[in-house]
Amino acid sequence: MRIEIRGARVVDPASRRDESASVWIGDGRIVAIGAAPAGFRADETIEANGLVACPGLVDLSARLREPGLEYRATLESEMAAAAAGGVTTLACPPDTDPPLDEPGLVEMLTRRASGVHGTRVHPLGALTTGLKGERLAEMVELAEAGCIGFFQGNAPLPDNATLLEAMRYAATFGFTVWLRPQDPALGRGGVAHEGEVATRLGLAPIPAIAETVALRTILELMDATGARVHLARLSTGAAIELVRQAKARKAPLTCDVSVYHLHLCDRDIAGFDSRANLAPPLRDPSDRDHLRRALAEGVIDAVCSDHTPVDEDAKLVPFAEAQPGATGLELLLPLTLQWGRECRLDLAQTLSVVTWRPAEVLGVAAGVLAVGAPADICLFDPAREWIVKPEALASQGKNTPYLGQRLVGRVVRTLVGGRTVHAA
Amino acid sequence: MTARGDSLQVDGEGRLRHLLTTEGLPAEMIRRILDTADQFVSVSEREVKKVPLLRGRSVFNVFFESSTRTRTTFEIAAKRLSADVINLNVGVSSTSKGETLLDTVFNLQAMDADMFVVRHAQSGAAHLIARHVKPGVAVINAGDGRHAHPTQGLLDMYTIRHYKKDFSRLSVAIVGDILHSRVARSQIHALKTLGVPDVRVVGPKTLIPAAAERMGVAVRYDMQEGIRDCDVVIMLRLQNERMNGALLPSAGEFFKCYGLTAEKLSKAKPDAIVMHPGPMNRGVEIDSPVADGRQSVILPQVTFGIAVRMAVMSMLGSPA
Repeated sequence: MRIEIRGARVVDPASRRDESASVWIGDGRIVAIGAAPAGFRADETIEANGLVACPGLVDLSARLREPGLEYRATLESEMAAAAAGGVTTLACPPDTDPPLDEPGLVEMLTRRASGVHGTRVHPLGALTTGLKGERLAEMVELAEAGCIGFFQGNAPLPDNATLLEAMRYAATFGFTVWLRPQDPALGRGGVAHEGEVATRLGLAPIPAIAETVALRTILELMDATGARVHLARLSTGAAIELVRQAKARKAPLTCDVSVYHLHLCDRDIAGFDSRANLAPPLRDPSDRDHLRRALAEGVIDAVCSDHTPVDEDAKLVPFAEAQPGATGLELLLPLTLQWGRECRLDLAQTLSVVTWRPAEVLGVAAGVLAVGAPADICLFDPAREWIVKPEALASQGKNTPYLGQRLVGRVVRTLVGGRTVHAA
Repeated sequence: MTARGDSLQVDGEGRLRHLLTTEGLPAEMIRRILDTADQFVSVSEREVKKVPLLRGRSVFNVFFESSTRTRTTFEIAAKRLSADVINLNVGVSSTSKGETLLDTVFNLQAMDADMFVVRHAQSGAAHLIARHVKPGVAVINAGDGRHAHPTQGLLDMYTIRHYKKDFSRLSVAIVGDILHSRVARSQIHALKTLGVPDVRVVGPKTLIPAAAERMGVAVRYDMQEGIRDCDVVIMLRLQNERMNGALLPSAGEFFKCYGLTAEKLSKAKPDAIVMHPGPMNRGVEIDSPVADGRQSVILPQVTFGIAVRMAVMSMLGSPA
């Protein structure tokens, strides 16, 4: 199949290309940008005037809810959501049921995912068996089965001894340990950022120091073990400053933030809106502003959707009992574009945090739109407005704090390896 | 920040739809509730203590967290308004069978409830219910987690007005476990709305919530300083489970530092009143001579509580 994408504004953040050009695709790869290669005859021409062609997005966290949680969402529905969101590569956390702690489970997931012929799925293996924080998972076996890193999910390790050994063991083989820093005791029972809003609403708090205390420990253990760490879903400005310092002394460290935390803050849980019950909790407006700046400055490496399909019943309960999380795959692009506009970044800068930079975190060849690269392409209309409604979302998870709101930027077509996996 | 709560509680014509929190409740509405309560205080003093305002209406007391005392005051208030009262201790029935909060409420609504009085251990439970009941069905929050206990806050305002008349020159100290207290939150919002210029919260740092001063109160850690020259001293109940642990070393040490004794009370104005939402822990937050002393208005609070709850119920239950 030979394809010409004609007339798009081609934006490749990695090379800072931003020009109107044609993209030529053959055998699943990009064969030329600009002039047609000699003798190229397209089987299909995609008219893309007014559209942006960028590398397919790379999402560092999307829960596909398989195995075990199919009542919340199925692999098919969430792969469709990824494609509809322009996401062509994603990492899925191991907090499935059972968790991804056995090679067989990982192989089954990757086989099922490749059968859907869509977004490229990279599982993160469980750091400990059953994510219980007691025994290390078989990291080598899991890596051979396709895991690209090891994550403890939202369940913090109960003690530092296990964390130390997990990091030592992972460092032996050069695996990246993914951690969401939250001190288990300081955050226990908490559901909202410790501050004025939680105080007014009478919600049990999760103080900002729950994140920084855990992060300081991780940084100490990195020095002690030499482990490479990816910090998932940072939420506080204080944590960002610790990361900035650690990066300045060349610690092997990357980090991400969820797209919701770029825009929302604890004010958004007013009225006990359980749709805004997220993990980590939405923080103070000053934290949000700090995250926005740090992402623009490059201290934060990437933004992810932290896609978590939660069914309606799990949110129709008192705030503290609601399952944390929100659907995100289809909001990642418009909300990232909104951040870029509000921070006055150009499109290439904006899109870098959802393309080549997260691909570097994963260590996979993705997130670039260049000759020779796989034709993983997102075509979107940067001006199209749409309203976030349940029927506008392919994901089975319809819960998001943005329900009913107007967003700008909509994916029109998504290609993975030259194959169209979504066309609006 | 309270916009959604406000629109839930007060409709477009300024009528009370639900009573969920004192936060955002307009001063005018609070005054109207207190004025209405004035009329009911006299009903309680009559030989026949009943008025027919809610005849034929069903009030469901749904308590997911048991509290005989609060439930009883609501029951008495509803009966004096001639309502049919149904009491349910859901804590020991439906939820233990796995039924969700809203399913329980929908089931009761199908039995033609006109009003729900709800107590629940989770903050926001009453908001959730109010957002999902049928139009015309009213919800009164009888205590949700640490968040709010608005009828308690309002009866405290009634008590203060009864003894002090004018809110605009008062100093009020609220002492004890502010962190876990829905009563304190409801008092603070009501006091601020009614224009009390000096509201203080007093307690150890472990029992003062983060950013408390953002609610418009002054934070004091020293009891003597905290109640100095106050017109009103409100003591909060210290829950048993807080007494010995990481938040407080012992009930004895709490009493030593924050328990209200005659000596400490002497720092307040000579005509200061002493309040307590009950039930009291004598010798923990309050010394018996003070609880039973001439400045104590703790029992009148209980009497006024019936009238205030009658006022709220009559305003919610009267046809539009």
